[in-house]
Amino acid sequence: MSNRQRLVVVGHGMVGHRFVQAAVERGLTDTFDVVILGEEPRAAYDRVALTSYFSATCAEELSLLPGGSYDHDAVELRISTEVVSLDRAARTVTARDKVTGTETVLGYDQLVLATGAAPFVPPVPGREHDGVFVYRTIEDLDAIREASHTATSGIVIGGGLLGLEAANALVQLGLQTHVVEMAPRLMPVQLDQAGGSTLVRHIEKLGVNVHAGVMTQEITAGETGSVDGLQLKDSYKIDAQVVVFSAGVRPRDVLGRESGLEIAERGGILVDDQCHTSDERIWAIGECAAPAGRMYGLVAPGYDMAEVVADALLDGPGRFTGADMSTKLKLLGVDVASFGDAFATTEGSLELVYSDAVAGVYKKLVVTEDGTRLLGGILVGDAAAYGILRPMVATSTNPGIALPENPEELILPASRGGSTGGGVAALPDEAQICSCNNVSKGDIVHAVEDGCEDVASVKSCTNAGTTCGSCVTSVKAIIEDHFAKTGREVSKALCEHFAISRAELFEVVKIHGYTTFEAVLEAHGTGRGCDICKPTVASVLASQFNEHVLGGTHAGLQDTNDAYLANIQKNGSYSVVPRIPGGEVTPEGLIVIGEVARDFGLYTKITGGQRIDMFGARMEDLPAIWGRLVDAGFESGHAYGKSLRTVKSCVGSEWCRYGVQESVSMAIRLELRYRGLRSPHKLKGGVSGCARECAEARGKDFGVIATDKGWNLYVGGNGGMNPAHAQLLAGDLDDETLISYLDRFLMYYVRMADRLQRTAPWIDSLEGGLDRVKAVVVDDVLGLGSELEESMERHVATYEDEWAATLADPQKLERFVSFVNAPGTPDPNITFTTERDQIRPENHAGPVVLGTTIPVGASR
Amino acid sequence: MTATLPDHTTTDEWEPVCRLEQVPAEAGVAALVRGEAVALFRDHRDEVYALSNVCPFARASVLSRGIVGTRSGVPFVASPMKKQPFRLADGVCLDDEAVRVDTWDVKVDGGVVLVGAKRTPA
Ligand code: SRM
Ligand SMILES: Cc1cc2nc3c(=O)[nH]c(=O)nc-3n(C[C@H](O)[C@H](O)[C@H](O)COP(=O)(O)OP(=O)(O)OC[C@H]3O[C@@H](n4cnc5c(N)ncnc54)[C@H](O)[C@@H]3O)c2cc1C
Ligand code: SF4
Ligand code: FES
Repeated sequence: MSNRQRLVVVGHGMVGHRFVQAAVERGLTDTFDVVILGEEPRAAYDRVALTSYFSATCAEELSLLPGGSYDHDAVELRISTEVVSLDRAARTVTARDKVTGTETVLGYDQLVLATGAAPFVPPVPGREHDGVFVYRTIEDLDAIREASHTATSGIVIGGGLLGLEAANALVQLGLQTHVVEMAPRLMPVQLDQAGGSTLVRHIEKLGVNVHAGVMTQEITAGETGSVDGLQLKDSYKIDAQVVVFSAGVRPRDVLGRESGLEIAERGGILVDDQCHTSDERIWAIGECAAPAGRMYGLVAPGYDMAEVVADALLDGPGRFTGADMSTKLKLLGVDVASFGDAFATTEGSLELVYSDAVAGVYKKLVVTEDGTRLLGGILVGDAAAYGILRPMVATSTNPGIALPENPEELILPASRGGSTGGGVAALPDEAQICSCNNVSKGDIVHAVEDGCEDVASVKSCTNAGTTCGSCVTSVKAIIEDHFAKTGREVSKALCEHFAISRAELFEVVKIHGYTTFEAVLEAHGTGRGCDICKPTVASVLASQFNEHVLGGTHAGLQDTNDAYLANIQKNGSYSVVPRIPGGEVTPEGLIVIGEVARDFGLYTKITGGQRIDMFGARMEDLPAIWGRLVDAGFESGHAYGKSLRTVKSCVGSEWCRYGVQESVSMAIRLELRYRGLRSPHKLKGGVSGCARECAEARGKDFGVIATDKGWNLYVGGNGGMNPAHAQLLAGDLDDETLISYLDRFLMYYVRMADRLQRTAPWIDSLEGGLDRVKAVVVDDVLGLGSELEESMERHVATYEDEWAATLADPQKLERFVSFVNAPGTPDPNITFTTERDQIRPENHAGPVVLGTTIPVGASR
Repeated sequence: MTATLPDHTTTDEWEPVCRLEQVPAEAGVAALVRGEAVALFRDHRDEVYALSNVCPFARASVLSRGIVGTRSGVPFVASPMKKQPFRLADGVCLDDEAVRVDTWDVKVDGGVVLVGAKRTPA
């Protein structure tokens, strides 16, 4: 074993991690012991997705190495360990444990520097005040979040890519957000003047104030030493309690500098095309390195460098020959892309521009003089074409793909002769689709042929789409295109009885006016139905006609819970949840609930949805329990239905010192409006009285958050298995507009979504996603607005409390018996024990036999 | 509408349980037969079936509350707990043939549903 060598990696960021992965995969560990020293208190994480940390449940979600260690004996990761010096003569590094302060000296045979970059903080007076931050690590975000609790507004200094990313974060934290940029436009590196102004208009619409072409003079502070604003040179002052610097990054090349490695003129450790530094045992990769003197602030070039060094250590031929600096991102919901020679610096190049100021779309293509090759471009407001354009780009080393006859068609909207969508079909197999992970169209097609049938599985087999995510639409289009080419249909059939989708079922019911399952089945189905199509059709009928779910022949179609208007429990008993709109309940109401639970011996628990659940009710007792509740003015809470559950509320401006609108009143109004609405899956709402968001409204299918001017409406939030934050649909709405948008949104969802598809995945599944929802709901592009509102009006007008109606109808009550031949006998299989002074179900190993009633001689 | 009587069954073991109309069309109802909870189902051809009411997966007495339908023409009930499908004719779970719920002989006579002996599996 004495011939094993030691490879030390300094820095466990995105690139350092990729390097170690490559080292393990390619067998470098056969000859090397690998030691990685990382300064941060955790293993590498996805810095590109840093902003999503605010919506992540924990830091672990961003981790690139869940679990925190490599599954290989020869690889050792030490976190919270900073390398403080490098002795090239002795071939050692000195590492300091940041927790204990102990220093260790570690020898190396080969050293890889992957120390990344640090945010640049220009020498603005006042930058040392409390409340001034940078935006690079999870710790930075924790600090910003902490500070935002007591702040109302924030400023980002720097209007580049990262600055806008940081602004997005401040908006999410509920701060009035300002962006200050020295250049006359946003994203000056990627966008031209026209593209920049289009972007400003979008961003200002979202409530972010953009101050471009201004110089900062001083960050001012109040008496306590914390920031209170930013004074602009020869101009006004902006008030804010949080300031985030995002004025670019500088390579962390200090280890190289101090040990005398060659440093590039503009910073970064100078390396050759194998990422070799001026010391033959030292390599540098990622943002700390400067191949040919140039530093790259993106992750993809860093990943390439990691692969090149792994290759070089195995005497492979890999070379780093520069990188594609294309960018596509979604900033505050606005698509922005910039690629290739975006500024038309190539001799003789021509620009083709499409601009629609009203829609906020700006697209530019830069083409060669003869119009046959694409050199670069800029897309703002609609970057759908990015996926097909970028692989076409010609560079000095790559001829790209020939442009079609009329290249302008690539950027014209479809309505004006443009060819959007199916563009991926035209791409050759070599076309690179995912630039972050260097995945070509051919790789994706192979993965599909090998059995990956959806985006999720293609992602996991190829890595495409796992970094910045901008290529996911193209990945999806390639999968669909492949299916279409091979004649494979992606079946939309609901089940073996219906060859059509839920949305189509909704349409046929609407057009033909069928009111029973029987009629729908006869006209559009086969067989007798099943546990999938029966409840689906029942729900579609209920959404449109709002008949009682136990009325007519509907009862047999309902899922278990709807069938008895209660939630079945593990032992066959039921739980009872009365509606408590907005979470507001009177003392008398609470007393009634308490008395009912006591009298029927029920287990009571406060739910996660701001109301009270009573468990352990026997089916035959449900009518009596509800009799008492209905008498006291309670209604069904539909805890059992695929329908509106709760509209959670904070206490709001009626009581809260921070509140700016009456959130309880609004929550009650919304809950009463949408109660009983049968939908593809359950629906939840929330209303918060200010940006502090105590109602967690953005975790709901629809979330309403008060602003000084009205309400912001967010849609598509989800807790549960795949949590998602709701996204802004429209801002600063008055009460009536809020309700009309919500009516439209909910009815559009009820019509369109698949069975058991919550709003978040539904929005994702739409071509155009949230933008599509905005177009339909806010801009009314389909002209459906009033129709959707009328459907909702019809629902509201025909609402009746399901339990009150059941109690009033002896026929509906007939089903609430334990045994048809012994209606009064409780099911002996349901038994309880006690725990913490309340009942709980007793577990049975098998059926229980009522011994006493077995007639002698009965067969066994 | 009449069930074939296995050899070991004698007619005096038939227990009248309810009227046919009390078993809802293409749905089920629970009955207490000789101390056991029995689920009675009626399919689209008015055929009546008697299965144990206890779902073997959930170990709860609930099967009568499941949705009744067909799979490739075969009538079945989906357990209301976790949706496992059981063939009405013999109680076999369509997704896992090793699992089976007990069934009883059943017949309709003069509009009355009668439950006979518990069947022994073939
Ligand atoms: C009672 C309650 C737990 C509690 O004691 O706190 C509960 C209980 C059940 N939840 Fe829940 N959920 C309860 C709040 C929640 C919440 C929190 C909330 O609403 O704020 C969530 C996450 C938020 C969300 O839905 O986005 C939640 C996410 C789920 C999910 C996952 C949904 C998803 O999109 O991934 C399911 C499964 C499903 O619906 O398919 C579920 C399903 C269930 C079911 C219905 C499972 C079932 O079929 O038996 C549970 C039965 C209710 C019962 O027996 O009464 N429950 N469930 C809560 C009732 C709230 C209410 O007042 O109505
Ligand atoms: C908010 C944000 C959004 C971004 N979005 C994108 C995007 O959309 N697309 C894109 O391509 N790029 C994006 N980037 C840039 C991308 O994150 C970086 O290019 C990438 O992280 C570089 O990887 P790296 O390993 O070189 O550096 P890092 O990921 O910074 O890793 C370097 C690590 O080395 C550690 N280290 C430094 N010095 C020492 C020392 N002396 N001893 C021990 N450890 C040390 C650091 O603590 C750090 O953990 C974004 C960056 C941010 C902050
Ligand atoms: S969200 Fe509601 S309760 Fe929370 S601080 Fe704002 S108004 Fe007060
Ligand atoms: S291009 Fe970034 S993940 Fe594919």
